[in-house]
Amino acid sequence: MKTSLLTRDTHTRKRNAAEARFKAYGLTAIVVAMLALLVLLSSVLSNGMSAFQQTFITLPVELVAERVDKKGNRDPAEMAKTTTIGYAPLLRAAIAAEVARQGLTTELADKALGELISKEAAATVRNRVLANPDLVGETVTFTLLASGRIDGFFKGRVTLETAALDGNTSPEALMIAQALADAGVIETRFNWKFFTAPDASVQRPEAAGLGVAILGSLYMMLVVLFLALPIGVASSIYLEEFAPQNRITDVIEVNISNLAAVPSIVYGILGLAIFINFMEFNQSSPLVGGLVLTLMTLPTIIISTRAALKSVPPSIRDAALGVGASKMQSVFHHVLPLAAPGILTGTIIGLAQALGETAPLLLIGMVAFVREYPAAYTPEAGLFGEASTALPVQVFNWTQRSDPAFVERASGAIITLLVFLLIMNAVAIYLRRRFERRW
Amino acid sequence: MNEHISSAYDRDLEGITTLIMKMGGLVEEAILKAAKSLADRDVELAEEVRAGDKAIDALEIQINEEAARTIALRAPVSKDLRSILTVLRLAASLERIGDYAKNIAKRTSVLVEMSPVSGADAALRRMAREVEQMLKDTLDSYLRGDAELAEDVRQRDQEVDQMYNALFREFLTFMMEDPRNITACMHLHFMAKNIERMGDLTTNMAEQVIYQVTGEIPDEARPKGDKTAYVTDPG
Amino acid sequence: MEDMTHVDRAMSTQLDVKISAKGVQVHYGDTQALKDVNVEIDDKTVTAFIGPSGCGKSTFLRCINRMNDTIDIARVTGDIRIDGEDIYDPKVDPVQLRAKVGMVFQKPNPFPKSIYDNVAYGPKIHGMARNKADLDEIVEKSLRKAALWGEAKDRLNAPGTSLSGGQQQRLCIARAIATAPEVLLMDEPCSALDPIATAQVEELIDELRQSFSVVIVTHSMQQAARVSQKTAFFHLGNLVEYDDTDKIFTNPQDPRTESYISGRIG
Repeated sequence: MKTSLLTRDTHTRKRNAAEARFKAYGLTAIVVAMLALLVLLSSVLSNGMSAFQQTFITLPVELVAERVDKKGNRDPAEMAKTTTIGYAPLLRAAIAAEVARQGLTTELADKALGELISKEAAATVRNRVLANPDLVGETVTFTLLASGRIDGFFKGRVTLETAALDGNTSPEALMIAQALADAGVIETRFNWKFFTAPDASVQRPEAAGLGVAILGSLYMMLVVLFLALPIGVASSIYLEEFAPQNRITDVIEVNISNLAAVPSIVYGILGLAIFINFMEFNQSSPLVGGLVLTLMTLPTIIISTRAALKSVPPSIRDAALGVGASKMQSVFHHVLPLAAPGILTGTIIGLAQALGETAPLLLIGMVAFVREYPAAYTPEAGLFGEASTALPVQVFNWTQRSDPAFVERASGAIITLLVFLLIMNAVAIYLRRRFERRW
Repeated sequence: MNEHISSAYDRDLEGITTLIMKMGGLVEEAILKAAKSLADRDVELAEEVRAGDKAIDALEIQINEEAARTIALRAPVSKDLRSILTVLRLAASLERIGDYAKNIAKRTSVLVEMSPVSGADAALRRMAREVEQMLKDTLDSYLRGDAELAEDVRQRDQEVDQMYNALFREFLTFMMEDPRNITACMHLHFMAKNIERMGDLTTNMAEQVIYQVTGEIPDEARPKGDKTAYVTDPG
Repeated sequence: MEDMTHVDRAMSTQLDVKISAKGVQVHYGDTQALKDVNVEIDDKTVTAFIGPSGCGKSTFLRCINRMNDTIDIARVTGDIRIDGEDIYDPKVDPVQLRAKVGMVFQKPNPFPKSIYDNVAYGPKIHGMARNKADLDEIVEKSLRKAALWGEAKDRLNAPGTSLSGGQQQRLCIARAIATAPEVLLMDEPCSALDPIATAQVEELIDELRQSFSVVIVTHSMQQAARVSQKTAFFHLGNLVEYDDTDKIFTNPQDPRTESYISGRIG
């Protein structure tokens, strides 16, 4: 009996229903995933966005010559003998004067007023004076960091209620700060120093910055790029094009694939044993960190390079050989350029992974509190040999500290890390599109 | 020969072979009927032969068309190509033999008005039967791919030629004896010549068959027995 | 040339033997793909290899430019000589050989570079041009010979893959002849092309035969008949018959040849 095409039979209907259900499941999964992502991002952003803002006090400070330049000869070496403790009274006087100038009355003593300013500020003033001795005796306007509690007040962390229980501040201090803010002396604005300043002690979260961490991560990425990329690509080319097809090659390939799944902390142990204990490189240096991350990234690069090489059609190789190119010429002139987009993508993904790795770096000692910017090269420490820290490690460090201001800063650091990763992935996509060939 | 992978190709070739055999059958029949009509002085039979020539001509056209179609569609090579070319030439030869038979029939209608020439009818009939046998054998050799049979047919043309020589001298004698016989003898002579030509054409066909089977045109000169064109015997 | 009769033509040009093969056998692992092939291929002639799939014609073609070396499990034994020199002699560098013996493949495979770079690549790596002007000249000559110059001269920097199928194949031919080879091997060059492009490539092959010895593997017997002067029929790894093309197609000696060209079973 002939059935019309215009009516669907049960078989077709059932199949269509099953497929529609499957699509619905997929859609649901995607929606759930997006929601989870949204929740994650909003939590991170809400905690961290405030890290990019900082509270500053703008004050004229009288650089009293007797305090600053005791010998009176404007000699920086001599003046350096005055430590930041010597500068603290200057700042106290400055803020007291400012309060008076603004016509505000307060019960707070000068010492309490001085606590409105970050302890870091004394170092800022001192550095400026040592750099410019002719400022001694002048009254110079400085923009100084407000103290952590004041900063927290303006960001909503610290309230009058908590201030009453707080040993480091008081409700009166907060009210004076508010008054000063209304007068324009105190303001909260974008803080570039979050990216450039080195880490600060536990008592001074307001001064803590990512400068050292970013530099350390940068050095390590450079090491990984210049080591992992050539070695990875070269090994991959050898394995794919030149190695003979025997058991040994098979074993090597299987092992490389497995290495990609090894927990990263194992690489840390390896780095500790070989680079630090045996080869006696400097602990905590970006060089060792970079070497460890190189080992970790190599399998990723090798695997993605192999996939890219395999995807080049054999007709191109045949054509090159037919024209009289040697195997090496055909690989380097033809196969490699065509595989380049895939290799590039794999490299950048590998780098992005390495950027976010924490566990191996902990083992080789990059957890330390480092205040000086590591130089790229010093004769004693060698290339990338000075101690440093890295972005993810810095996040780890900050989350360990008690002051809630560090939570904000850790979230800010996570946002920074995410932004870097986004940029790297965007570069990867752009490069891949740009170099994509059609064959 | 084993079959073509394309069975339609084999069917096409079979179709053409069938047509040729049918045409050959019709021509053989025409030869025999023409000779009989002369011997029996049967004007109606002669008429049949004349009318039947149309069917023979139609078959030749049909064979040409089928052959052209096969060449265009199948691009035959080697044996298949020779086969098609042979069929075309066979058809052409058969058509001419058919025409000669028709001619004989036409003259028969005229001859019955006159008084018979003794012995001539029987002789002609014998010649015609010989030629018809040659034709039958040629068609058989084509069907079976038998080059030896075709070669044999080639040789037998000699006999037909000799019969024609004999008749030629006889007619000359008759005409010299009695001038009243001249008209009848002339007609009879032309009929004999037609039958001799039929023999030559049949030999042509046999040579075609040899070419198809072996791929080579037989190049030793066929034996020619017709010496009437020469005043003295060229030997 | 076309006015001379067959007999005159055969007597006027005595062609040299370009490639001679004796006792050539090829094994892929345990299977034997070619059994004892003996053939002499003439210079300035188009020789066609025909035969059913898997009969060994492409295998034999690839022996001539040692492309089988790239297949690990392939083993070639026997004697193959070009101009009298054994090409499997250990002193012979396959790379140098492949400059002398060009190859065109079944599916057009231009490099994903510009048209100019496609043709220039071979001469460059063999050091055939001293400067850019030389290279330009080689590229132009090759493109002209491949009947592609008119269509390509205004867009030498366009990618090779932007051409149509027939043009791409002609580009591959230009690329192969740019290294001034003496022998041109073509493995079913027209099987991916439409009839017009096929006819253009066949016309090209006919012109090329004045300069090179061309060996073409083809599945189409009509193509072999149109394009070649000599034809070799391969069957199950054996070279069954090798003769002038017109003889093979009008009166072959071996019944296997007859069956194959007539399209018969067995």
